[in-house]
Amino acid sequence: MQITLIRWLLWSEWRAHPVRLLLALCAIALGIALGFGIHLINAAAFNEFSSAARSLSGSADLHIRARSALFPESVYLSLAQMPDVAVASPVLEIEAIVPGKSSPLKILGLDSFQAANITPDLLALPDERQPFAGLMADTLFLSPAAMQWLNVKIGDEITLRSSTTLLHLQVAGVLQFARAGQRLAVMDIAGAQWHFGKVGQLSRVDIKLAPGVAADGWTNRVLAQLGDTLVAVAASDQEQRTASLSRAYRVNLNVLAMVALFTGAFLVFSTQALSVLRRRSQFALCRVIGMTQNQLMRQILLEGCVIGVLGSLLGLALGILMASTALNLLGGDLGGGYFPGVQPQLEFDGLAAFLFLLGGVIVALLGTLAPAIEATRAHPAASLKAGSEDQALLSLNKPWLALLSILVGALLTQAPPISNLPLAAYLAIVFLLIGSIALMPQLAATVFKLLARRWLGVMTGLALTRLANAPSQASIALSGVLVSFSLMVAMAIMVSSFRTSVDTWLQQLLSADMYVRTVSGGEQSVLQVHEQEKISSLPNLSRTEKTRHFSLLLDPTKPAVAVIARSINQQSIERSLPLIESALSDMQYPIWISEAMVDLYGWKKAQVVQLPLAGKLHAFTVAGVWRDYARQSGSIQMRLDDYQNLTGDKTINDMSLWIASSSNATEVRKQLQALSFSTALEFAEPGEIQQISMKIFDRSFAITYVLEAVAIIIGLFGVAASFSSQTLARAKEFGMLRHLGVTRQQILFLLAGEGALLTSMAILVGSLLGLCISLILIFIVNPQSFHWTMQLHIPWNLLLATASILFISAALTALISGRFAISGSALRAVKEDW
Amino acid sequence: MCRLATLCALLHPASAMSESPFSLQCISLNKAYGQRHVLKNVELSVASGEYVAIMGDSGVGKSSLLNLIAGLDKPNSGKICIDGVDISALNDEAATLLRREKCGFIFQAFHLLPHLTLLQNIALPLVLNHLPLGRAQQLLSAVGLQDRGDDFPRQLSGGEMQRIAIARALVHQPRLLLADEPTGNLDPDTAQDILQLLKREIRATNASAILVTHSALAAATADRVLLLSRDGLTDITGNKEFASCK
Repeated sequence: MQITLIRWLLWSEWRAHPVRLLLALCAIALGIALGFGIHLINAAAFNEFSSAARSLSGSADLHIRARSALFPESVYLSLAQMPDVAVASPVLEIEAIVPGKSSPLKILGLDSFQAANITPDLLALPDERQPFAGLMADTLFLSPAAMQWLNVKIGDEITLRSSTTLLHLQVAGVLQFARAGQRLAVMDIAGAQWHFGKVGQLSRVDIKLAPGVAADGWTNRVLAQLGDTLVAVAASDQEQRTASLSRAYRVNLNVLAMVALFTGAFLVFSTQALSVLRRRSQFALCRVIGMTQNQLMRQILLEGCVIGVLGSLLGLALGILMASTALNLLGGDLGGGYFPGVQPQLEFDGLAAFLFLLGGVIVALLGTLAPAIEATRAHPAASLKAGSEDQALLSLNKPWLALLSILVGALLTQAPPISNLPLAAYLAIVFLLIGSIALMPQLAATVFKLLARRWLGVMTGLALTRLANAPSQASIALSGVLVSFSLMVAMAIMVSSFRTSVDTWLQQLLSADMYVRTVSGGEQSVLQVHEQEKISSLPNLSRTEKTRHFSLLLDPTKPAVAVIARSINQQSIERSLPLIESALSDMQYPIWISEAMVDLYGWKKAQVVQLPLAGKLHAFTVAGVWRDYARQSGSIQMRLDDYQNLTGDKTINDMSLWIASSSNATEVRKQLQALSFSTALEFAEPGEIQQISMKIFDRSFAITYVLEAVAIIIGLFGVAASFSSQTLARAKEFGMLRHLGVTRQQILFLLAGEGALLTSMAILVGSLLGLCISLILIFIVNPQSFHWTMQLHIPWNLLLATASILFISAALTALISGRFAISGSALRAVKEDW
Repeated sequence: MCRLATLCALLHPASAMSESPFSLQCISLNKAYGQRHVLKNVELSVASGEYVAIMGDSGVGKSSLLNLIAGLDKPNSGKICIDGVDISALNDEAATLLRREKCGFIFQAFHLLPHLTLLQNIALPLVLNHLPLGRAQQLLSAVGLQDRGDDFPRQLSGGEMQRIAIARALVHQPRLLLADEPTGNLDPDTAQDILQLLKREIRATNASAILVTHSALAAATADRVLLLSRDGLTDITGNKEFASCK
């Protein structure tokens, strides 16, 4: 079509209603900004995290590591002598405790000569005064981030702790190729083994195969030779493992960000639908004087497209600004704690930007499509007559389509996860939302007709009658609020259910009076037998329990599984473990697996599984399944006695203490502080642990509250846009009422009343819909994403407060829009052409 | 009258005069909406430059007949030939293109686009027909609103709005002018002014016009007056009522 005409029609509409255009642009922009911003933050953090992990692996083809912790050095000797191996580099990984710091320092013990061929970035040039520092047992090299963190320089001495023993090492140089923010130390492998009590043990061997040797075939041969307790991890497996750790979190956060965009789509729909409706006779005139159906369709769609493009471009710019600010302030961690110790830099992702731009345009076009189809199909002669607007919306009133959409949504909830993600469940939510909105005209007509029969007063009666007789227009106004409120309700119920479940879970797990562990306790940070005995023999304790925890790599492509060996009484297991169903009893080697083990490894109750412990495979029977909110990659509980009998390892990591009735926590703390190794211990009461845990929980969900608030704001934009559209379109009606003697106040009362009635309906339907969506989030999305279930808990107070705020905001918005619309002369209003 | 003369001069360039004669023929037109039969065996023939008025009771189908002639609606049976082309047999796209080129519309309710300026409103048919926009300003001057091209419809009186609507209907020199109660919203003096303008233009351009009206005074300005009833169209031109009006 002629550019001139397109320009005239677009520009005249936007010039006449700039605020409505601005609202539609803001809705798209906010949705895109959140989605793109969160994508950039996650991508930057994930890429940096992966790069940091890759820098520790160098150019190795494979890593040979034990399924659990460490393996004997003899394995390295065998591997190094194999003819197909070009280079074998032994590595010992240590999580060293730094007194005064809350997190450990990662130390890699390397053989410099071998590592130079595989991980040269991990080697540093020693100081000129100590040319052989790399081979000395008492020196180490620190990354710039570690030096800054420890506030040391070359030549300084640092104090570290190996379990309960202090050791002093000298800083010999800087790891110049370490990544920004990466806290890392490298030292000679022999020195590391000696200082940290790991003589003759290794964490992994990095392998570079001879040219032409196929990794798969070699791996199979070697593993058959070396036994089942070792695994070969390819570089790609490591990438996948790193990715799978945070994948569900990243996807869910992105979906949540999309909620804002989704709400924006409904706003664009309501804005465009009402705008097209208002201009129905104008478009009819265009058709009469010669504009074809296709030209009109293109014209209306172009409006949506331009809004989509402009809104998306604005959103991309805002997203970059948001990501840049967040990376500077938060360092890429949006509260989930998945990317510790990295300093990601913002990188513009052209493909993602294009996809988000495309998404924004599609959303805007979808919002415009239905009104455009209706406008072009409308009969021009009929559309020229006043009062044809309600007829136009009849096409939206299709209850069977609404019910079909809801049915499809219900069926999709039964679908399994796709690529381990709850994509079908998310789609089900979309169908439920669309179905519910499509059902609104019928519902609004029925409810308001019933209410209109019992009307009180002229203006209330007028409001109710109009809502009953023009339900489609009411439904359009409702759509944005309904979507944002129902999603807010769903998220509030889900988060509240999760929080309550975690709280209950912690109460059940933290049954002791006090807990003791080594500072920054990793699995290598242990209490020796004599230290355990000293704690157990404290006079004010009635009972103690011990816990040993470590990780097992069952599948090289999946993150390691946590194993917790502790005192468990099979007969009273329900008291100490939050089981999801009754457990089997009287097994010889029972284990209790978390829900994630069922989902990720397919293990079932009563199944016999092989676990590698102390270099051998041992058969265990799955006695029950328990709920674990701390480890989404899977965890296994076993009896400490079984673990100690099978491995001979008597060390432990944690102790649970029950205080004698004659004593109290303060006295026990004093006694613990009096122990010779007390500086290596951390102790806390259940209340403190619970408080810290819930603080972490709230921090990790803070971002969801922000995203939900934005969705609600966009929903209110929708109310403002819809009401201003409607009041403008009804200027003639209001002018006529003023001629009949209705006061301005009465008209404002009418508008506020309509707003209040519509919002009440949106709140009621939104609550019901939100409850349904929350059930999908709780019972489908969470188990499929994070592999845990929870119990339903409805936060009534929060919901009531939010509903009240929304009710007042929407009524005020309607009132303000109305005040603006009726500010013109009554005479002019009735004289208006249309 | 001076204004009208200017407009007439503008609207009959040599090219328009030299075009082949226009013809409109409606043959056995029938139109029903559901069970309600609105038009029954309607026969109508309009010659080049002829100005025909159609009168009739409300709901008898006057506007429906205009819509059928313009290709905005389809008859249940019968033909509507404009310059030999049966518009009722065309699809929507082709009918629109024919209407765009050959027809001009004037409505009782003016139907100006509220957010376009007066000049833009007049120029719409020119833009759609890929014609130079200069004529829009000429037409604006001709209807006496030359200084108000940048104003918006809301700033005009009813008579002024209808002048703009007439300028829009004539700006692309259509062969057929369809006017649906164009004076229904105007005072008698303005109505007469508008009707005279229409008549002169039809004479000047050799275009044809169909005027649908309730007003005997308005109908009396036409060459031929037809009465639409359930039985079809009847020529009532010779009736005393109209003779006295003339």
